[in-house]
Amino acid sequence: MKILNPDLKKTNTEQVHRNWTQTAAFLCLRLSLIVVFLILMVILYDITKKGIGVISWLFLTEAPRTGMTEGGIFPAIVGTFYVTLIATLVAVPLGIITAIYLNEYALQGRLNRLIRISLRNMAGVPSIVFGLFGVALFVQRMGFRPSLLAAGMTLGLLTLPVTVTAAEEALKAVPKSYREGGLALGATKWQMVKSLVLPPAVPGMLTGVILGLSRAAGETAPILFTGAAFFLPYLPDSPFSQFMALPYHLFILATQHHDISGVRPLAYGTAFVLLVLVFMLNLSAVLLRYRYRKQIKQF
Amino acid sequence: MHNFKENAIKYFFMANGMLSIIILLGIFYLLLSRSLPALQNVGLTNFFAPGYWNPTAYTTPQYSILNLIKGTFMVGAGSLIFAVPLGVACATYLAEVAGAREREVLKPIIEILAGIPSVVLGFFGLVVVAPVIAELFGLNSGINALNGSILVGIMALPTIVSLAEDAISAVPQSYRHASLALGATKWQTILRITLPAALSGIIAASMLGMGRAVGETMTVLMATGNALAKPSSFFDSVRTLSANIAIEMGEVPVGSVHYHSLFFVGFVLFMITFIINLLADVIFQRYREEI
Amino acid sequence: MTKSKLEKNPVLTESKGKLISLNALNESRQHEYTQKEIKTEKEVKVKVNDFSFYYSSKQALQNVNMDIAPNEVTALIGPSGCGKTTFLRTINRMNDLIPGTRLEGEVIVSGQNIYHPAVDVVELRRKVGLVFQQPNPFPKSIYENVAYGPKIHGKKKRTLLDEIVEESLQQAALWDEVKDRLKDSALSLSGGQQQRLCIARVLAVRPEIILMDEPTSALDPVATQRIEDLIRKLSSGYTIIIVTHNMQQAARISDFTAFFLLGELVECGKTAQIFTKPKDTRTEEYITGRFG
Repeated sequence: MKILNPDLKKTNTEQVHRNWTQTAAFLCLRLSLIVVFLILMVILYDITKKGIGVISWLFLTEAPRTGMTEGGIFPAIVGTFYVTLIATLVAVPLGIITAIYLNEYALQGRLNRLIRISLRNMAGVPSIVFGLFGVALFVQRMGFRPSLLAAGMTLGLLTLPVTVTAAEEALKAVPKSYREGGLALGATKWQMVKSLVLPPAVPGMLTGVILGLSRAAGETAPILFTGAAFFLPYLPDSPFSQFMALPYHLFILATQHHDISGVRPLAYGTAFVLLVLVFMLNLSAVLLRYRYRKQIKQF
Repeated sequence: MHNFKENAIKYFFMANGMLSIIILLGIFYLLLSRSLPALQNVGLTNFFAPGYWNPTAYTTPQYSILNLIKGTFMVGAGSLIFAVPLGVACATYLAEVAGAREREVLKPIIEILAGIPSVVLGFFGLVVVAPVIAELFGLNSGINALNGSILVGIMALPTIVSLAEDAISAVPQSYRHASLALGATKWQTILRITLPAALSGIIAASMLGMGRAVGETMTVLMATGNALAKPSSFFDSVRTLSANIAIEMGEVPVGSVHYHSLFFVGFVLFMITFIINLLADVIFQRYREEI
Repeated sequence: MTKSKLEKNPVLTESKGKLISLNALNESRQHEYTQKEIKTEKEVKVKVNDFSFYYSSKQALQNVNMDIAPNEVTALIGPSGCGKTTFLRTINRMNDLIPGTRLEGEVIVSGQNIYHPAVDVVELRRKVGLVFQQPNPFPKSIYENVAYGPKIHGKKKRTLLDEIVEESLQQAALWDEVKDRLKDSALSLSGGQQQRLCIARVLAVRPEIILMDEPTSALDPVATQRIEDLIRKLSSGYTIIIVTHNMQQAARISDFTAFFLLGELVECGKTAQIFTKPKDTRTEEYITGRFG
């Protein structure tokens, strides 16, 4: 380009400057994501490196021995499984029904707004406060004592907002034309919801359920006083038993044990197992969602 | 006939939907009612009087929660100092710069981070971050407010990123196009148009991050040292409201003044997070409506 | 009216600024109209009295008065936003689904004011079916789509359902194309087939009235032709009310035409008369292409 007049040339150098600024700025933004990525990698690397060596068949299937300085974490795995199961049994029906109500029945209005505000605020209630609530309501008022049931129900209420949000997202993805088509044929609301809205929404809801599960499995604070035990020589045999749980076990090995540095490898092993468990749950949720989205696009 | 059935189903669903309201009110009611004996015995003002939290002192138990509140806010504010800039930068990149493909790859990073249980993060802080801090600043121990802030910051980061990204994405496309059509670069558009337009949404996102940070328990419990002394710097060990409950609730005799005082601590914590969350919520919803 | 009769009709051509020539059509249908002239209350399938409709603050329909004859095709025409679709959807109360709407006046279907508080909306929608603009089959098999209506209305016996499905699909002129793959997903059908499936789905509930909201606007000309033939065929047994954007279509398939403008019913009458000797200048301007 030879015929640029001076004015345009000036703009040109300015443009170079502006482009340079933009490149630098975008680089900084990208850098921030790299920082986050590095943080994540350091955490995962450290725990994997020091934890994976501890993992063995015995570690996963044995109970702790000799004052928790030896042996495995089997009772903690079982306890986490049970307590998460109870939490799911509480959160899933309540969450899905709430989502159906919000998305299909009370589309607008004051009650809907109030429920939504409550759910958003519930999601922000500190987990330790849920623990206190669980103590006051389930352990004492309902007389469950510290138990799987009390801890599971506390965790279930804690994960309710996650379940509702995910279930609602799944319901929202169902095209409006199904609903209209059903109603125009003279279906009642419930017939329409049951036969046309819920079936295509099930995979999406499952995603929400799994996300809630992984949240519940990793929580510690709510079960501190509602049922988790320091050490139990036996497995829980009823919903009213106390139990060991992976996150609480890690907490104890890391801070409460009399030989903290001695049991550090066990702590790393526990942390690794907990991470793997939570990630497997999350990963299956992500994969499910991915497949489900593709499917929805085909419609 | 089906009218009756339909209505029954509808009201059943409605009752279920109202559960969240009932739970929230229930938390408020139970915490408050369990705190009342403590309030009668100790007196509201003594909880907020200058002094220390020392309910088990042999001669004169003290119930001041001022240091706990200070510790809580130190960790909360400290975490935001690095989580907000980092989080907003990530959100901006995800919403404005990254292509669809790139976003598909990057978003899981944030989601995985959000999935790490807080007790694992606390453990990481205890065994990895603390020694580094001690070394860097020449301290005896790296288990202090700074450590807690860093880890709680990591904890709050995913909340801030995803909500800030929502806020930025919600800015109407027409704003961006108008700016670009005037010859602004993409970066100028982001800096002068998009981010200012999304400001109140970003503030709300940061506040919700603050709410998470203030309520976080296991991470601070394991990484801050939990000393009851009055903290004067980020290198001091601090105890937060949440950690205080976690430490003492398990050992306190049920029904004692101390026991009820812990419920009061829980009530204060609940109210602080409730107010932060509610404010953030109001700002966010208003922002949504404006946009 | 039979298909052969329809085929005799000349293809209508529209030239700007001139009235569409409908003389041939006029002659072929004249005798029918005189017989079916609406005279008594009994012969009115849908009667609309002083009906007004509002979306929150915006008025969509204004004092509409209209009689719709049984077993005839009535076309609703008019420019976009004139209220014709709103009007159509008031007849089976689909507008109830939109929050914040308000209405005045009455809509009487088979002698019953459908906005009376005692009326069961579900029952009404069984009697008054609706075919949507976009074909909207459910993500189920072809069979299940057609059987959906009868099933929700309590028909459970397999043999009975089989019968209804076959009959409905035959009526909708789809049976021969799908009889060997009833178990296939309805979403595997072409757009035109999907729309006929949606019509079959409505027929399976045995409605008295079928509402159609621009049922061919998403379809290609061949598929459109098939749907139009179907509508003519069905008009012997059903009262059909169809919203259309396409004036030739209205002229081709309808017995009566109603012209809406800005929420008002400007003119309603026999199709031939509306297209040849409109009484209102606005109707004339619209059908000669001066606006819209």
